[in-house]
Amino acid sequence: MESKNKNNHPILRVKGLKKYFPIHRGFLQKIDGWVKAVDSVSFDIEQGKTMGLVGESGCGKTTVARLILKLLESDAGKIIFQGHDISRFSEKEMKPYRKKIQIIFQDPFGSLNPRMTIGQSIEEGIRILGHKHESTRKQRLGELLKMAGMSPEIEDRYPHEFSGGQRQRIGIARALSVEPSLIVCDEPVSALDVSIQAQIINLLKDLQDQLGLSYLFISHDLNVVGYICDTISVMYNGHIVEFAPSEDIFNHPHHPYTISLLSAIPDPDPDKTWHVKLSNGRVGDSDVFSEGCKYQDRCSIVETACRKDTMVFEKVGENHFVRCWKAAKNT
Amino acid sequence: MIDERTTHDKPLLCVENLKVYFQSNGERAHAVDGISFEVREKETVCIVGESGCGKTVSALSILGLIPTPPGEIVDGQIIFSGQNLIKLDEKSMQKIRGNHISMVFQEPLTSLNPVLTIGDQIGEAVYTHKQIEPEALFQYCVQLLNDVGIPSPKQRLSDYPHQLSGGQRQRVMIAMALACDPDLIIADEPTTALDVTVQAQILALLRSIQKKRSMSVLYISHDLGVVSAIANRIYVMYAGIMVEQGNTDQIFRSARHPYTQGLLASLPSLSKRGKRLHSIPGSVPNPAYKPTGCPFHPRCSHAILSCREEFPEMCDYSEGHQARCPILFKSKGYKESSPPQRAGKDSKGQVIRHKTGG
Repeated sequence: MESKNKNNHPILRVKGLKKYFPIHRGFLQKIDGWVKAVDSVSFDIEQGKTMGLVGESGCGKTTVARLILKLLESDAGKIIFQGHDISRFSEKEMKPYRKKIQIIFQDPFGSLNPRMTIGQSIEEGIRILGHKHESTRKQRLGELLKMAGMSPEIEDRYPHEFSGGQRQRIGIARALSVEPSLIVCDEPVSALDVSIQAQIINLLKDLQDQLGLSYLFISHDLNVVGYICDTISVMYNGHIVEFAPSEDIFNHPHHPYTISLLSAIPDPDPDKTWHVKLSNGRVGDSDVFSEGCKYQDRCSIVETACRKDTMVFEKVGENHFVRCWKAAKNT
Repeated sequence: MIDERTTHDKPLLCVENLKVYFQSNGERAHAVDGISFEVREKETVCIVGESGCGKTVSALSILGLIPTPPGEIVDGQIIFSGQNLIKLDEKSMQKIRGNHISMVFQEPLTSLNPVLTIGDQIGEAVYTHKQIEPEALFQYCVQLLNDVGIPSPKQRLSDYPHQLSGGQRQRVMIAMALACDPDLIIADEPTTALDVTVQAQILALLRSIQKKRSMSVLYISHDLGVVSAIANRIYVMYAGIMVEQGNTDQIFRSARHPYTQGLLASLPSLSKRGKRLHSIPGSVPNPAYKPTGCPFHPRCSHAILSCREEFPEMCDYSEGHQARCPILFKSKGYKESSPPQRAGKDSKGQVIRHKTGG
């Protein structure tokens, strides 16, 4: 999935990323098998753009996020951030890069220290950047809170005093405190109400325009992803099965899984009838397949060859790739 | 699928002016503040609203499941097939619960007992209300699991909840709810914890069962997409009151209340790309400190001074379509969007007090 646009440099390039978790069995905890949580995942995120990572729960989205943030060590593959392969960096070498990649979590309450005031939480990041003087720190704190759409007076209050949407704003201010270039948003609006969700999405968009941030946007909500993302990777069982610009994913999906996933979204437009193309089974069922396509048991167009051959990415359009030979042939 | 929906007239459940207050730390939270709605026979009614608007409390009060104290049903009546459920004692209520009205909860893992098998739990629902032989009970449970689409139901009966996936657990919950062939199923966000594909399966299941057994469904959700896919009629709740009601078309095509309009406009989608999403400023008020007058006025762009003081009345837009916003109803600018038959007339006298749900 090399980026077509050569002058737009990808800020993050992931190549063949793998993470297997061992399954222990029995008294001696012998390794009995492996869960291939992330299996040969590759994608690019361009500077100032948003890539969406969608898929059902258990497909490995969050593991990808943790690998990129180096909260987990990958087993194989490269994570090239701003031209440096950080995948094998030691803790010390990683330090200057840590602040460049930040995360916004799904549950803003669980990710803020309940015993620290909002000001203290955010100031931690500012201090790391090397702002020694308290006055400059306070000034920066005020700026950050304002950027996130909060009033600077709230710095002495504690996380429990805020609503979900406000906490998510604080989480965003905190992520911004170290001046990152890439923010991993792990389901940042899933826990919020519809009316608040729109506020946070607008905020994320505004910040991207102002600061030139790049986002890796992880979500199971395809409507949100379609709205905010420039490109989308659809993940299934540790694999990316389709990658394309958002419009192409929604208007011309190729992979049978993407098609089924899109058909499952209930559309609030009364002019559209809802035709669900259901697939049987669920994510994780196909861990047993050592050979062939991961989606073979749920696929509606499966053939004998799908059960043997390893699926490779096929190009079906401008910057549009699909991991299904049948879908690629039909274009 | 929308075409299959037809309206039915006989009311099965009729809630009138229900008020449920909670007492905590000396504060009185008006969780549900005078709502009225009805569910007719063979109908799917949805209550939509954000968290904290009182939709779950409304559902729980129908089944008499409000923890008292701190909760208290202060006023109103809940008429179900001729009986006022609020007046019933616990013993008669038990005969209704599960038997005539049953409930499917949001989180199947916490609503199922982890130390009992699926079979025990479904069986319990049946023999509590019916005299049935063990062998027949077993066959009946197998049949139920089969109906809700669980593969190899005989084996599954001896499974424990943790052995099933989220979607299967929700199917088991639905099987339990169906066990006594109820007249009404209350489903409180049954698909919120599930993936979209599983959600689609569960919704399809609910719909087919409803058709087959001709039950009524009261569906509670915050997801407008889901609601549009299954509802016959919709009630929109905000801060403990109903702000708008109408059939699916009326709500989604011509929403009249600023809150409903705002909710619909704030849904993200691919087609809105590049445009700024509409967002409703502020957040849902704390039920203990609700704004005076119209509870939505601090967030409303149409609000005028009187919204702060006067509690808004329900205004009739068209057959079955009502919204609680007299300001928009009166405003001239509102006529342009294919309006109420009576909009041409002077507003006075048009603003009618909403009495029953219909």
